[in-house]
Amino acid sequence: MLVSLNWLKQYVDLGGHTPEALADKITKTGIEVEDITYIAEKSNHVVVGYVETCEQHPNADKLNLCQVNIGDETLQIICGAANIAAGQKVAVAKPGAVLPGNFKIKKAKLRGIESNGMICSLQELGIAEQYVPKDFAEGIFVFPDDTEVGRDVTEYLNLDDVILELGLTPNRSDALSMLGVAYEVAAILNEQVTLPDETLQTIEDKASDHVSIKVEATDDNPYYGAFLIKDIKVGPSPLWMRNYLIAAGIRPINNVVDITNYVLLEYGQPLHAFDFDQFGSNQVVVRRAKDQEEIKTLDDQTRELTTEHLVITNGSEPTALAGVMGGADSEVTEQTTTVLLEAAYFDGKRVRITAKDHQLRSESSIRFEKGVDPNRVKRAGMRAAQLLAKYAGGQVLSGVAAYDQLDCTEKQVVITTDRINARLGTEISNDEIAIILKKLAFDYEQTGDAFTVTIPTRRQDITIFEDMLEEIARIYGYDNLAYTLPQGSQQAGRLTNQQRLKRSIKQYFESAGLNEAITYSLTTTERSQMLVSPEVAQVAVSPVRLSMPMSEEHSTLRLSLLPEMLAAIAYNNARKQDDIGYYEVGSIFASQEEQITVQPKEKWRVSGAVTGKWLHHPWQQEAKQVDFYVVKGIVEGLFERLAIRPTFRQVELTDMHPGRTAQIFIDDASVGFIGQIHPRVQKAFDIKETYVFDLDLDHIFAIHDQEPNFEKIPRYPSISRDIALVVDERISAGEVEATIVSAAGDLLKQVNVFDVYQGEHLEEGLKSLAFNLLYFDPDRTLTDDEVEASYQAILAAVKEKHNAQLRG
Amino acid sequence: MQEKLQALQTEALEHVEQAKTLADLQNVRVSYLGKKGPITEVLRGMGKLSPEERPVIGELANKVREAITEALDTKKQNLEEAALNEQLKSETIDVTLPGRPVQVGGSHLLTDIVTEIEDLFIGMGFEIKEGPEVETDYYNFEALNLPKDHPARDMQDSFYITEELLLRTHTSPVQARTMGEYKGNKPVKMICPGKVYRRDTDDATHSHQFTQVEGLYVDKDVRMSDLKGVLNQFAKQFFGEEREIRLRPSFFPFTEPSVEMDISCKVCHGEGCSVCKKTGWIEILGGGMVHPDVLEMAGYDPEVYSGFAFGMGPERIAMLKYGVDDIRHFYTNDVRFLKQYHQA
Repeated sequence: MLVSLNWLKQYVDLGGHTPEALADKITKTGIEVEDITYIAEKSNHVVVGYVETCEQHPNADKLNLCQVNIGDETLQIICGAANIAAGQKVAVAKPGAVLPGNFKIKKAKLRGIESNGMICSLQELGIAEQYVPKDFAEGIFVFPDDTEVGRDVTEYLNLDDVILELGLTPNRSDALSMLGVAYEVAAILNEQVTLPDETLQTIEDKASDHVSIKVEATDDNPYYGAFLIKDIKVGPSPLWMRNYLIAAGIRPINNVVDITNYVLLEYGQPLHAFDFDQFGSNQVVVRRAKDQEEIKTLDDQTRELTTEHLVITNGSEPTALAGVMGGADSEVTEQTTTVLLEAAYFDGKRVRITAKDHQLRSESSIRFEKGVDPNRVKRAGMRAAQLLAKYAGGQVLSGVAAYDQLDCTEKQVVITTDRINARLGTEISNDEIAIILKKLAFDYEQTGDAFTVTIPTRRQDITIFEDMLEEIARIYGYDNLAYTLPQGSQQAGRLTNQQRLKRSIKQYFESAGLNEAITYSLTTTERSQMLVSPEVAQVAVSPVRLSMPMSEEHSTLRLSLLPEMLAAIAYNNARKQDDIGYYEVGSIFASQEEQITVQPKEKWRVSGAVTGKWLHHPWQQEAKQVDFYVVKGIVEGLFERLAIRPTFRQVELTDMHPGRTAQIFIDDASVGFIGQIHPRVQKAFDIKETYVFDLDLDHIFAIHDQEPNFEKIPRYPSISRDIALVVDERISAGEVEATIVSAAGDLLKQVNVFDVYQGEHLEEGLKSLAFNLLYFDPDRTLTDDEVEASYQAILAAVKEKHNAQLRG
Repeated sequence: MQEKLQALQTEALEHVEQAKTLADLQNVRVSYLGKKGPITEVLRGMGKLSPEERPVIGELANKVREAITEALDTKKQNLEEAALNEQLKSETIDVTLPGRPVQVGGSHLLTDIVTEIEDLFIGMGFEIKEGPEVETDYYNFEALNLPKDHPARDMQDSFYITEELLLRTHTSPVQARTMGEYKGNKPVKMICPGKVYRRDTDDATHSHQFTQVEGLYVDKDVRMSDLKGVLNQFAKQFFGEEREIRLRPSFFPFTEPSVEMDISCKVCHGEGCSVCKKTGWIEILGGGMVHPDVLEMAGYDPEVYSGFAFGMGPERIAMLKYGVDDIRHFYTNDVRFLKQYHQA
């Protein structure tokens, strides 16, 4: 909402506040002033001049030589505007004037003849192009004949005006009118609102004798009033009205249209003027449109309607989209002499649907959507009729032809000073409450500390105690509230175990060298199906797709954090960043239904992707490329830290390297995977060799919730033995290790692979695996015999299971 | 005899002084103090002396031996030290060359901001709650006083999955969920950080996915001045003791009265500059007193309980605090961006 301060002054005394000071007060009281605009930079030495003569410049076809009377003298001015003529009253910048843009006017000679000033267009005086009336868009501005010669133009053209741009929250539709803003400002400044004159002179002839109103869609249209004004002469509206419309961001058109717009801004009540002679009947019928019915609107568009749309008709044809836009056939033109002026209350929801379907959000539809003041509907019509009589020469027929089922009752809200103070933490007195209510211009009845407040219908947003609480608080001033701390029951704030663990896991990956990434949850449908961990794939039946995505790029919820992470690697690779290690903690969304009806399961995952060099140490000639074991080491480190013993089993997954991928299990439950991405995937993402991991964080949380048991620190010496075994190269170290552990008995506490060898001295197809075995018993010293027995048991078991030979 | 011993001492000390290596010194030690050395010889010949002479010479001989031994030890220490110094000198390396790198990672800037916010509120007795990112229409809108045809739903165009399910447009549904969990008879004091989604085209200031931290405090007799006090404490701890806050009336369907909180501009301290658009204030968060309908729907009697809620955007806070100029930086995961904000 653009608010002209010059216009606002017509209703409320601004008491000499600067625009900035006023804006600050308004913002602090509840409506944010988003911008302050000065209509034009200060011009001076620009006055109204009368063009006495206007002849062609003897030396130039397109220039005119004018004698312009500016009151106390007559200036000779050369003017190039095509629309200049003798007898006009125009804006003259005298020598010494400075126009917007620091344009200095001096005496000059043009083609040999002296010119003592400049005749100005509105644009030259600083008015934005889009608000200049069409008649004057291409040339100089011409004042009405009754304008006083010699007077400064600033006031005539409203050039000293300042515009406040209000950012209105949806509840404050009352401030979509100058009167509404006046009430707000009056409350802030403790002033009174002066209402516009609504007195109306009418002729004896009655409107209801010439037009009847029938409303069929009564829910959509509880009030429809029609005023009739005859003998209208369409022409320009008065200069002051044009100025205010320009200030409010509306381009002046003609007196009839300008008056309806002016009253719309003044009262917040949209009006519509029909050319009654073109209306096509003498009855107004308001109804829902029929399916496929058509209307040609003012913008010359033919629009197809449905039963969801409300229309004004002449009984057969639609003549307007109710509350949104008029029809082209009954538009007011220069030939119009009789106007049917509509003042109606249309239901906000209906107008919203109509405006949305036709993409026609207008000053009018916005106000209906948010709800207009029912008590102003008819008054706005009277005000417009009065202005039409005054400024368009019209004669107003008496009465209003109307359908009226509008509820105009004012609601009441009871407040008590006690409760106000209890909720705000203040010590406001009864008297102060009474003063605030008076500032707001709300009527009330007081009994002790209880106030029964009558809410004016302009404030449709106030219905309950809390709404009044806000009114009291904001006029009292949020700044005047104290800073207190809650006195209620106290609890100690803390992280839950799971939250603590999540933080600790994140810290681990950071200390292990990975950077935290945050990627989008929405991805492409294709990517949502990639790199999905086996235990997720098992429960996720179908992708979770948005019903109306903005783009395929962000259309489907992810089942793995990895695809978007690979995309992030591609983004970096394209910027010459080749060495990347990411981890991310985030949710995936697994739906167990074909057709989604309930929320998908949201599961926490921690995933990572590493590519490029790892531990790059150039001057020592060390540059290790990331490989499987780098990433596995990072993952094992996490499990070590969490005291979890997972197993890694070779696995083939669609998007992974078939020989370099392991599925991870904790006690036979799959909890994720690790490995190199498939070269095909690598190519699709346009990235280099990359290793990834993906773990089920929920599973880890669940395990970790169990309290750990204390394990005794060994007090007796341990015994260490090495064992080197020759096995078939296809047998994995993990399998052999598992056999060792199960054969060794309880005394074996650790097994570590310390050598893997293939080549010279070994037969083709065989490899040697060397393990270090660590034995101890926390309660006693072991004997060599015990260890030897276990060692032999291991040898027998690996021989039987893997045909392993002790390496000689 | 005495003169002989004195001479012997002088001679020995000279030899010690002249020794250049530990081997030289060992020779000196053997030749003077060894079994066949002159001192031993003197002591051996003590028997031939008169009983009067014996203790005198004996004492002298011991003194001479001690003096030589001490000189030898001192010299040995000096030589060893010199030898060590020599060795260390030869081991000198270029300490300005870079060390063996340890791979260092770090947290995302948004995580840092959220963690800091969490820790501040934990310090004020709040707990941390989480909620689903795919929400029901009920929790995302209706339970927050936004019925199906409410015009305020226009404010946040949403990503729907079905008519009843959507990506949450704010973390506020966790308010309703937590109140539901506490069944209307227990105070609620929580914050909820999380991802939220809105139908916005990604550009420098918009992102279809972003982060929010929601706060809620419901108890008997919670006052609006408590909201002001808590937010003031948060702002001063988070942004700095010298910053001021100001509350302005605003509108949210789930709070009444509603507030918008500004903090005084860091650059101009309220004077007005380009950073704060000449107002002296920067908008930081929105909040208000929990709407009685919201309390009632969640099972709290608004006659008995009252509360406040607030919500803020870590991206915006990070952009203000660190001057990040484009919200997309938070989601492209450019490693050069991620590594800029590593904290201790």
